This record gives sequence, C-alpha cells and structure tokens, in this order.
Amino acid sequence: MRADLEIIHEWIPAGSRVLDLGCGSGELLASLRDRKQVTGYGLEIDADNIAACIDKGVNVIEQDLDKGLGNFASDSFDVVVMTQALQAVEYPDRILDEMLRVGRQCIITFPNFGHWRCRWYLASKGRMPVSDFMPYTWYNTPNIHFCTFEDFEALCHERRAKVLDRLAVDRLHRNGWGGRLWPNLLGEIGIYRVSSPALQEHQVAI
Amino acid sequence: MSTVFPEDSVGLVTPQLARFDEPLALACGRSLASYELIYETYGTLNSTATNGVLICHALSGHHHAAGYHSPDDRKPGWWDSCIGPGKPIDTNRFFVVSLNNLGGCNGSTGPSSVNPVIGKPYGADFPVLTVEDWVHSQARLADRLGIEQWAAVVGGSLGGMQALQWTITYPDRVRHCVDIASAPKLSAQNIAFNEVARQAILTDPEFHGGSFQDRGVIPKRGLMLARMVGHITYLSDDSMGEKFGRELKSDQLNYDFHSVEFQVESYLRYQGEEFSGRFDANTYLLMTKALDYFDPAAAHGGDLAATLAQVKADFCLMSFSTDWRFSPARSREIVNALMAARKNVCYLEIDAPHGHDAFLIPTPRYTQGFSNYMNRIAI
Repeated sequence: MRADLEIIHEWIPAGSRVLDLGCGSGELLASLRDRKQVTGYGLEIDADNIAACIDKGVNVIEQDLDKGLGNFASDSFDVVVMTQALQAVEYPDRILDEMLRVGRQCIITFPNFGHWRCRWYLASKGRMPVSDFMPYTWYNTPNIHFCTFEDFEALCHERRAKVLDRLAVDRLHRNGWGGRLWPNLLGEIGIYRVSSPALQEHQVAI
Repeated sequence: MSTVFPEDSVGLVTPQLARFDEPLALACGRSLASYELIYETYGTLNSTATNGVLICHALSGHHHAAGYHSPDDRKPGWWDSCIGPGKPIDTNRFFVVSLNNLGGCNGSTGPSSVNPVIGKPYGADFPVLTVEDWVHSQARLADRLGIEQWAAVVGGSLGGMQALQWTITYPDRVRHCVDIASAPKLSAQNIAFNEVARQAILTDPEFHGGSFQDRGVIPKRGLMLARMVGHITYLSDDSMGEKFGRELKSDQLNYDFHSVEFQVESYLRYQGEEFSGRFDANTYLLMTKALDYFDPAAAHGGDLAATLAQVKADFCLMSFSTDWRFSPARSREIVNALMAARKNVCYLEIDAPHGHDAFLIPTPRYTQGFSNYMNRIAI
C-alpha cells in the first residue's frame, strides 16, 4: 500500500464509517475493511479505478467531487478522507467545507508547493516547477490549485477548522527530521487531520 | 444442425412452462386461481442451488433473453449481448432464469389467455398487476426450480424496478441486485408519456373496451401510436439525430400530410407497425400501469432509505448519460437512499449516446463494469 495510505490507516479508528473522496483503485477502503472492519464508500470518476474498486469488492460510487457532496447528510461519516485530490478540485475551499459538514473528522493529503525544490525551481528558472513527482506542465496539469502547508492551514483557520494532526513527509512518505523541523520548506506531502465542530451545525451549499 | 452459433452464445434454447394452481392474491384485491409462467434457463444450477440469477424484463420484454429458438432465427434473445459464456452474466458460472411476466403476451398467463371460468380470453377483465405481484409470482417460480436464494436478481428499466422490489419483499432471497437504467418511481413526465400511450389504445375504435379478441380485431392503430411515442422516449435526441437527421425518403417535399417524408417518420411507423403485430394491447395497458404504480417508498411516507432499511442484498446500479426517460439522477436517488441505509452499493454512470435503450447495447464500459460486478459474486 502507498505509504501515505499506511499512515492514514493508522489514524482511522477501527469500525469507523468512512467516505473516501477520489478513492482511486480502492486500496485504502479495501484494507480498512479487511484489517479494521471499516465500512463506507469511495467516490471516483476514473473508469479504470472504478473497475478496480468493483473487483476488490469496494463500494464505489461514480461521482464528481466538483459537484459537491450534497447527496450526503451532515455528520453522516466518522471520517471523510481525500488523498492527493485537494489540488485537483475546482473549489478546494468548498470541498473542505463539505468534508467538514459530512464527516466528524477529515483526513486530507496534498503536495506542498512550498517545498524547497519547488521554490528553488521557480526562483532559479523562473518557470513553474516540473519534476518526476509533479510531471505536468502548467497548461495540462490536473493540479489546478496548488498550495503550501501555510496556505492550507490559513484556510483551515479561516474556516475555524481545527488541525488535530499534521505530518509532513517526503515523497517516499517518510517523516524525517526535515519535515518535523521545517515542514513548509522540507515537507513534500502534508497529511492533515482536521475537524470543525462549528461548521457541522449548518448546511454548506456548494 | 448445420448452423453454427457464436461461441459466446448459449445456443439453442427451449422455453418451458410452469403451471401454478395455488391462488395468487394480488395488490388490487383480486386473485388469480391458477396461472402459467413461460420461462427459459441458461447454464446449469449447481448442487447447492446458489448460482441462480433471475432476469426481469422491461415493458415489452419477454422470456427469450438469450440464445436462439431455432437454427434459422435471424436474431438471438433480447439481452444476448449480456448473457452467455464469458459475457457479463456468465452462463459458465450462473444458472440464469428468464421469464415472461404474468400479464404478458408471450406465453405466460395474461389478458390474451383464455379465462378458464368463462372459456373466453380475459381481455380487459384481467386484473391490474403491480411490480410486487410479479415478484410474488417469480418467487413461486424460484420455489419450483429449487432456488431458495438468488445469487442475483438483474433487470433494466421496469426490470430494474422488479429487481429492487425483490430485495424489499424477499430480503433473504436475494444476495445481489443489479438495477440498470431504472428509477425508484415514475416522475409526472414518465406517467404522462404512459398516459398518452394508453389513450392511444383506449380510444382506438377497434379496442372495444378491451374485448377486441372476441370480435376478431386488434386496436392496431392505438398500439402503433403507443409504441411510437414510447420509442421516442427510449432514444436520445443525439442518437435520433445521428441515425436519421432530417433525411428524406425521396428528394423532395410533397406538401401534404399523408406521405412518409422524413426517415424518422418511416422508422417510427415501421417500429409501431411491427410492434402492433406482436404485442397485446391489454398487456401494454397493464405494463404501463405497473410502471405508474411502482413506488416502494410510499409505504414509508416517501422515505426510500427507510424502505431499504431491512434490505440485505448488495447492489450495483448503472445509468446512462443520455437516458432522459430514467436519467442518471433517478438512479442516484436509489444510490443515495442505499448509502443512507448503509447498504453495500456500487454505482456506474456510463457515457453512452443511445438514451434509455443503452442498457440493451454492449457499450464496452457498460459490459466491462457489469462483468466486474457479476464476477465478484460468490456462488
């Protein structure tokens, strides 16, 4: 299993009801089901990923995150997960609001655009960073809303969402000394656990 | 036998008849003292009878879902694209049962059958049936075949409604429900189309209040119109445009009302004509009423999630992007209710240009998803 998924796996209590936004091939949900008696659903739009989910016996729903989570009741899941999709959705702020409304807790992972390599690339070449890790050019990238850890935390603060846990890891999902010491400069991927009791009180339209 | 059937065909099949003499109580308050159901089976029932799959047909469907009745048949059964060795409903694994519903006109007891009490066809006197009535009659067929629990009940459109009803009425008898291009109930627009179809039949002078058989006639014009309007709703604007556009049959306009000028007119008339020769008008009325009445959530104040609370089956729902008769939004209503009721469900929204008819057409993503789901069913 992908290393960030291993970490998320640890953060999800056994027996939880989980909604996985952009669930990919269903790896996380299948593993949570088999090892932690977790139930729930994955939302996905990629046909091959959906097929892979069905093969694994994962409950997969073809649904576009950009259309919101209006079909889910408030507080209807223990945990709403979204891995490596925040930067690819049309309205990251609205999806965050929706996640906080639907789930009691949210786990979100995304690449850190404030990592020193991105900064160096931009500073030295004056062009948008392209790497093995982020292989797209600016005009064809699905990642239309890159942010830094600072940016994300500012958004959480603005929405009065509480950051319960934060892990800054490198591309191999190792939580080394760098990520701990100076996450926004040395962490490549952020894994956040947030909750917002305040937001759960009212419906957020998207 | 000289004809060679395709390798993935179930080949030659023979319909069978099951007779039931125990009265069947119906939702309308009446009951049928005895009735017959015609059905076909494909594949082999395993020794533990755990591999049974029931196919439920749509409005004008019947028991002949796959294979051929004779080597000379031009076309196989209506869902041959999805039933056979290696196909989504793989007859190497499953024992498939496909019947003509009660009230039908393809061999099961229906309005055109002779009422044994009076020695004449039932005609308009045949009771109005509901989807739940059908499910009860199908359960008796399952008993007869020694199938206590279906591995899956599968259907598209009105067939999907039966599959859904199965999970509600007999939660212990269905492990999986595959509900395709369906809806939890008809919309006002759906009912309106059905009403136009019914009025076409009912106002045909040859209908004779439903007892046209006694007079040796058929309400051909009414049936034709009913089918024509129905057919329009099965296709998408795009697929009609692509198939016919504004093509004319001849090069010029005739400036009259009688000639068949546009290709689409010709096609619809042909469809209507062909249909009116093979389908019973009273059965058509009955099928459209069953559609209109279907609303399992009504018993729970319209709360579909509460209706599905006791359901035990796992679900796979599929809808098609250009289907406007039962649009993807209608399937999503069922999916959302299933999720709210914490049931296992997979949902695929397939991009297909063919409108409602897409469930009969082997679009690769559709047959692939269908196969993926069926293959994971334990037998």
